[in-house]
Amino acid sequence: MNPAGVVHDTAVIAGRHVLHLRQTPSLLALTIAQPALFVVLFTYGFGGAIHPPGVRHYIDYLLPGIIVLAVAFGSSQTGTAFAEDAANGTTDRLRTLPIARAAIFAGRSLADTARNLFVIAFMTALGTALGFRSHRGVIDAIVAVGLVLALGLAFSWLSALIGLSVRSPETAQVATLLLVIPLAFTSSMFVPIATMPTWLRIFARANPVTRTVDAVRALTLPSGPNGAIGPAVAWSLILLAVAVPATIAKDRRPTNG
Amino acid sequence: MTAAQWTVEAQGLSKCFGDVVALDCVDLCAAPGSVVAVLGPNGAGKTTLLRILTTLLRPDGGIARVCGLDVTRHRRQVRAQIGVTGQSVALDAALTGRQNLRFIGRLRHLGRNDAYRRVDEMIERLRLSDAADRAVGTYSGGMRRRVDVAAGLLGSPPVVFLDEPTTGLDPISRLDAWDVITELVADGTTVMLTTQYLDEADRHADRIAVIDAGRVVANGTAEELKTAVSANRLDVALADPATIDIALGLVARHSTHAPTVDARSGHLSAITTGGAATVAAVARDLDAAGIAVAELALQRPSLDEVFLALTSTTSDRRR
Repeated sequence: MNPAGVVHDTAVIAGRHVLHLRQTPSLLALTIAQPALFVVLFTYGFGGAIHPPGVRHYIDYLLPGIIVLAVAFGSSQTGTAFAEDAANGTTDRLRTLPIARAAIFAGRSLADTARNLFVIAFMTALGTALGFRSHRGVIDAIVAVGLVLALGLAFSWLSALIGLSVRSPETAQVATLLLVIPLAFTSSMFVPIATMPTWLRIFARANPVTRTVDAVRALTLPSGPNGAIGPAVAWSLILLAVAVPATIAKDRRPTNG
Repeated sequence: MTAAQWTVEAQGLSKCFGDVVALDCVDLCAAPGSVVAVLGPNGAGKTTLLRILTTLLRPDGGIARVCGLDVTRHRRQVRAQIGVTGQSVALDAALTGRQNLRFIGRLRHLGRNDAYRRVDEMIERLRLSDAADRAVGTYSGGMRRRVDVAAGLLGSPPVVFLDEPTTGLDPISRLDAWDVITELVADGTTVMLTTQYLDEADRHADRIAVIDAGRVVANGTAEELKTAVSANRLDVALADPATIDIALGLVARHSTHAPTVDARSGHLSAITTGGAATVAAVARDLDAAGIAVAELALQRPSLDEVFLALTSTTSDRRR
């Protein structure tokens, strides 16, 4: 198949997923309302109690964490969608069409990234209204967005792998959240990991969520990057290097070919 | 020559899932522009056959060609020739009927404008104009199936495969689905579909293949099957069940299909188009072989019995 054809199919498939999201209010709520609620509740509920070192306003510390949380939670939609498509025969219909299989995954990834970009923009706007400020330049902010998108893509592929493995939409969502929630709450997402017991701190420091959240903070707080970007990029690449080939292998297996 | 003679051609197709034999040396053809119905009970292998022909599954043995193209070696080219509607409704419930059809149309590479125009035409022909811009999730089962069948026919592919397009539908929705198929299948389109309904296959198909336990047990035109329906059942009770193997061979010669066998009681049932002369011939053959017969009778079978006789294979009964 010619590259132009793959690009066309990818765009059509991405378009379908974007349309699906726009026309499913419950998915939009899961994507937007929950993290929005978190920002408001955490800012006013915990904001007075938590004073991370070197941070004047808690929301400057919190928002990068909430954005990563929103993107990570949203990734469960990918596995759900793949499981739904497999269950109702959409996957089979797509396989009988003269399209590249790669377009099915590329289209989904594109739609996921578009959704994550929207989530980041929405949450940043909300955070700004509540006092969030990015203290470094535009370029640092763009790099920060890129890091969040990379981790979001990695989680989406992990979710796709789960979705193709469990083959039930409900199980796919729960299983992805069971992966995401422990990672989120044992990270530096809400509080500095220095407050954690030693055994948890070791895990939290290695956690890909911590690495990405710390990198985003380094790019938006006055302190500066301090080598935080490398580990964040490395983690996303490692997760993708595991999830992408595993998902493609899983996708091939049922047809024996 | 094969490409010109048959649009769909399967030879000796076999497929096993573990110990289960799903298809056992299936031969099946569809002439250009014909409607072929694959008839059989649940688990007969109908879906497996269609999944192989539509490139979704690789056979363990045998070959299959669609438009002269090998379905395992030229999958991409085969896919450009076929439209497929599977057993479940493969639509995105959050999208409208029009959006679902446009999605499939654009993936058939019709081009944006052409795809949209064909979708609009199809919505009109399906009498779905009122519902076309509502989410599919709000449709009735019959409406969903119509849109789903339409998605398989979009872009007028030369060959269309439909897996039980009417199963689970109420009688009115079944008629609706058939309207779509007969209306939208343009001249020259070859259709292969599976069904559990004998009457549907009879009414709409040029040829009917009855498959059971992975084997084609009958294959012919609707008229030929009707002859089988109006055929008689020859019941043979042997005096000595041990002679059943020899008797089976002799009776089978006068039967249109493999006779059913009850090895324990020494009872044979065969479908035959012959009358009293056949009874006499069977009696003569058995006598010449030295097989004693306890009872020999010609019965009028019911339509259900014919279907049962066709779909309960000899090997099954003996196991």
